[in-house]
Amino acid sequence: MSISETARRPGAADRLRDALPKLVLSPTVAIVAVFVYGFIAFTFYLSFTDSRILPSFGWVGWQNYENLFRIRAWDTAVANLAIFGLLYIAICCALGLMLAILLDQKIRAEGAIRTIYLYPMALSFIVTGVAWKWFLDPGIGLEAVMRGWGWESFSFGWIKDSDMAIYTIVIAAVWQTSGFVMAMFLAGLRGIDSEMLRAARIDGATNFALYRRIVIPQLRPAFMSAFVVLAHMAIKSYDLVIALTGGGPGTATELPATFMYSYTFTRNQMGIGAASAVIMLMTIAAIIVPYLWSELREKS
Amino acid sequence: MATAPTSEAILAGTGAPARSGGRSRLAAHLPRFVLYAVLTLFCLYYLLPLYVMLSNSLKPLSEITAGGMMALPGEWTTAPWSAAWSSAQVGVEATGLRPYFVNSILMVVPAVALSTIAGALNGYVLTKWRFRGATLVFGLLLFGCFIPFQMVLIPMARMLGLMGLAGSVPGLVFVHFVYGIGFSTLYFRNYYAAFPTELVRAAQIDGAGFFRIFWRILLPSSGPIAVVCIIWQFTNIWNDFLFGASFSDFDSQPMTVALNNLVQSSTGVKEYNVHFAGAIMAALPTLFVYAVAGRFFVRGLMAGSVKG
Repeated sequence: MSISETARRPGAADRLRDALPKLVLSPTVAIVAVFVYGFIAFTFYLSFTDSRILPSFGWVGWQNYENLFRIRAWDTAVANLAIFGLLYIAICCALGLMLAILLDQKIRAEGAIRTIYLYPMALSFIVTGVAWKWFLDPGIGLEAVMRGWGWESFSFGWIKDSDMAIYTIVIAAVWQTSGFVMAMFLAGLRGIDSEMLRAARIDGATNFALYRRIVIPQLRPAFMSAFVVLAHMAIKSYDLVIALTGGGPGTATELPATFMYSYTFTRNQMGIGAASAVIMLMTIAAIIVPYLWSELREKS
Repeated sequence: MATAPTSEAILAGTGAPARSGGRSRLAAHLPRFVLYAVLTLFCLYYLLPLYVMLSNSLKPLSEITAGGMMALPGEWTTAPWSAAWSSAQVGVEATGLRPYFVNSILMVVPAVALSTIAGALNGYVLTKWRFRGATLVFGLLLFGCFIPFQMVLIPMARMLGLMGLAGSVPGLVFVHFVYGIGFSTLYFRNYYAAFPTELVRAAQIDGAGFFRIFWRILLPSSGPIAVVCIIWQFTNIWNDFLFGASFSDFDSQPMTVALNNLVQSSTGVKEYNVHFAGAIMAALPTLFVYAVAGRFFVRGLMAGSVKG
């Protein structure tokens, strides 16, 4: 429904006027075309080359991908992402839903409580990482405090333990994001038709049944949005790991994002780094593209 | 329903219609004090790290290493704050975080301004001057926000070098501008989509041109969405670490990178109190924005996740 179509008349000035909107749009579209899609193509191409410290263009086919899947640190990173991603999404959704339902009971001072639940989202992951890094540090943090209070046998050294360190990333990430998920669910709860709930209650539905059968199913769009946002944040997680554990102890908390960075820029294996970035992109695209597609299609 | 007007006003901005009250839900069955106890417990959980940072930034190091992390300061001191600000060892130099705080300001202000202007113009074209493929163009712009930025690090490093912007604050401004276009376009597009197109048509019949319509008709009513967009971009760009770590030199690092260096690089005695003071400094600008305009902050978060 272009306005310019209805107003079309011949003449150079008119043609310029008709083209003006597209001219205004085109610089940013061109920038995105180059800096997003051109760069994606470039990195994609690099993943098939023998690039080491600098980009080079000797074609090696699937070699980088074959090598990538033979590197144990990559296996660790992928396994960590699976553990971290699943727990992060599940706990954030469970906690967010619970807090949203609790906050939806006509709570006095709801606004203040919500503000407190949500403020971590305004912080940098580096700040969150620093706070939790020292709080979880057995030498000065929780463990030392508990022992100081007289619980001599108390022990909490997950952050120094290769098997448990990944869970400290989950702890800090859940702290940062769960309030935001709460806000999404709360908005969903506020959008539910109250007439339907009233009718169900008149029919004698218990509160538990009411939530399980009517309220939670209606929150499906909120669940979808929360899942997409959390999954894409999990895959992109980089700052938090760097600040909290630096990927350690050893490589115990490496994620694909940290793997890509260290292989590309410190280990000078740019081809393998590019291959790992491509896999990250594919994973995110598999989640985001269907979501954007459905969101944009129903509008137009 | 005493708090209803304020609380629902906040979420109304997300598109959820305000719900009329009068129901009891779980309320009749679950003792209220249990409810409040649980909610308070979670308040403590969310506030705990902030308390740890604040109280430990105001006490001497010896009190922390003696196992007193959870205690209030025995001896109050602002020395960690002044050390973090102006004399702590960040990387190789003992400059404190001040120069990096300035870098972040110099990076954030132009990047936010540029991406917001671009988003407003894009949103205007994509809603009021629609053309074939407009939705596709929008979808492609939007997808650019979600890509893992690892995908662009290698070519961007080269490109900044070619442009003569490598390792500089203007280089970071450019990077944040480029990758901020998608979200700012999203905000303005969704906002302008609800703006009556008839007004634009009428103005056009009266002879107003493209820019005059934007300037006189759309822009004056764009205040709310501009605030949302600015807050979102400010928070994102201020908090960015990946681009800062990849594309800055020692003297152009933003605050997040410098804070990380401060915390990771201190060899010998780890000055936890200085680290905490630095962390609060890095958090203050975005916390301030959240405190002043939390309502818009929430709206921005939600718009980023819900509905196109």
